[in-house]
Amino acid sequence: MEQWLSLFEGFKYNLILFFVTILCAVPLGLLITFCSMSKFKPLSFVSKVFVWIIRGTPLMLQLFVIYYAPGILFNTPMRSRLIAAIIAFIVNYASYFSEIYRGGIEGIPKGQYEAGQVLGLTKTQVFTKVVLFQVIKRIVPPMGNEIMTLVKDTSLARIIGVGEIMMSAERFSKEGLIWPLFSTGLFFLAMCGILTILFGKLEKKLDYYKS
Amino acid sequence: MAILEVRDLYKSFGKTEVLKGINFSMEKGEIIAVLGSSGSGKTTLLRCINFLETATSGKVFADGECILDASDKKKIPAAEMRRRQLNFGLVFQSFNLFPQYNVLENVTLAPKLLARENPDFKQRKRELFAGIEDNARELLSRVGLSDKLDNYPCELSGGQQQRVSISRALALDPKILFFDEPTSALDPELTNEILKVIKDLAQKHMTMVIVTHEIEFARNVADRIIFMNEGKVLEDGTPEEVIEHPKNERTKAFLSKML
Repeated sequence: MEQWLSLFEGFKYNLILFFVTILCAVPLGLLITFCSMSKFKPLSFVSKVFVWIIRGTPLMLQLFVIYYAPGILFNTPMRSRLIAAIIAFIVNYASYFSEIYRGGIEGIPKGQYEAGQVLGLTKTQVFTKVVLFQVIKRIVPPMGNEIMTLVKDTSLARIIGVGEIMMSAERFSKEGLIWPLFSTGLFFLAMCGILTILFGKLEKKLDYYKS
Repeated sequence: MAILEVRDLYKSFGKTEVLKGINFSMEKGEIIAVLGSSGSGKTTLLRCINFLETATSGKVFADGECILDASDKKKIPAAEMRRRQLNFGLVFQSFNLFPQYNVLENVTLAPKLLARENPDFKQRKRELFAGIEDNARELLSRVGLSDKLDNYPCELSGGQQQRVSISRALALDPKILFFDEPTSALDPELTNEILKVIKDLAQKHMTMVIVTHEIEFARNVADRIIFMNEGKVLEDGTPEEVIEHPKNERTKAFLSKML
C-alpha cells in the first residue's frame, strides 16, 4: 500500500508536467508556426533553425541544458527542478506542434482563401472562420499521437531529479523491491487509454463532413 | 456609363506575359462570354479583375470609379480593398465551398460577417440576421436547393455544389457576377443544371462575365462574345459576328475545332 501511495505521489508530477506542457505548448506552437511561415525572411529563418535544433537533439539533453546551463553560464542556478523540466517540455513540444500546425495550414487548398477573399472577408476572418476549423480537423490525429508520446516522455524529468513516478519507484528497487518499477507502466497505460478514447471521440465529432 | 471598363491590362508571371493589353467595357445588364483555348489568358483576366492576381499594368473601372490602377504602387488599406472587391462576385470552377458549413451557412457566412460592420449592429442583430437568412433561403430556392439547406457540401453533387456557390456569390448582391469556367468540373448532365441557372439570371438582367468552353451556350445566352488568344482580345462582338462571321483566322480555327 505504501508503495502504491508513493507511486501516486510521483505520478502527480507527471500529470503536472503533462497538463502544463499541453496548456502552454499548444499556443506557443502556433506562435512558432506563424513565425516560420512569416514572409519576413529573417524571422522565418530564425524560427526554422530553432525548430531544427529542438527537434534535432534529444529531449534528455535539453533537460540537462535547461537545468544546468543558467548556473554554469550566468551563475544563477535554476531554483526548481520541476520548472526547468516544464520549460524543456514546453519548448520541445511546441516545436513539434508547430510543425504539425504548419502541415495542417499548408494543406488547406488555396481556393478556400480565395473564396474568402472574393466574399469580402478580412484576412483574420478567413483564418478564424474558414481555415482554422479545417486545420483543427486535419491535425487532430497527429496531435493525438504527439500528446500520447508526451505522457510517456514526462518520465524523462527524472534525469534532472524531478520526483516523478519513475524516481519514486526506483527508491523501492534499490531496496530490492522490483514490482513498483514495473507497475509504473500501469499508470502510463491508463493515461494513454483515456487519451485514446478522448481523441477517438473528438475525431468522430469532427467527422461530420469530408473535405 | 459603363459598369465595367478594363483598360490596357497586362499581366506577367515572371518572364511569361499572359495578358498583353486587354481592353473592353460593358454596360449594366450585359452578358459577356469569354472564349478562347486553354492558356489564352481568360482565367487570368478574371482573376486580375477580381484582385486574385496583381495586374502588372493597366486600370479597371467599376461604375466609373477606378478600382484598380496597377501603376499606383501606394498600398490601399484592407478595408478599402474589401469594399472594391465587393463590387464583384466570382464563381469558381472548383466551387470552393466551405466544407465545414452546411448549405445555408455557406451562403449566409459572408453577409453575416459584413453585417457586423453596421454601426447599429448590436441593436439590430436579430433583424439583420433574419433578413440575411431569408434572402439566402430565397436564393437557394431559386436554384432548387430548398431541401438541401442543412446538408454539407460533401453530401451534394457537383452541380448542386456549384448552384450553392452561385447563391453564395449572389447573396452579397454584386454589381457584376463573374464565372470562371463554371461547368468544367462537371459532367454534361450536371452542366445543364448550371447553364439553366445562368440563363435564369440572364432573364433577370444580371450583369455577367462568363469564361466558358460551352460555345453553344455562349451563343444562346451572351449578348457579346470576346475571343481571346495568347493574351489578347482577337474578337469582340455579338455572338452572330464572332461565331458566324469571325474576322480572324485563329478564331475560325478555334471554332471549327469546338463546334
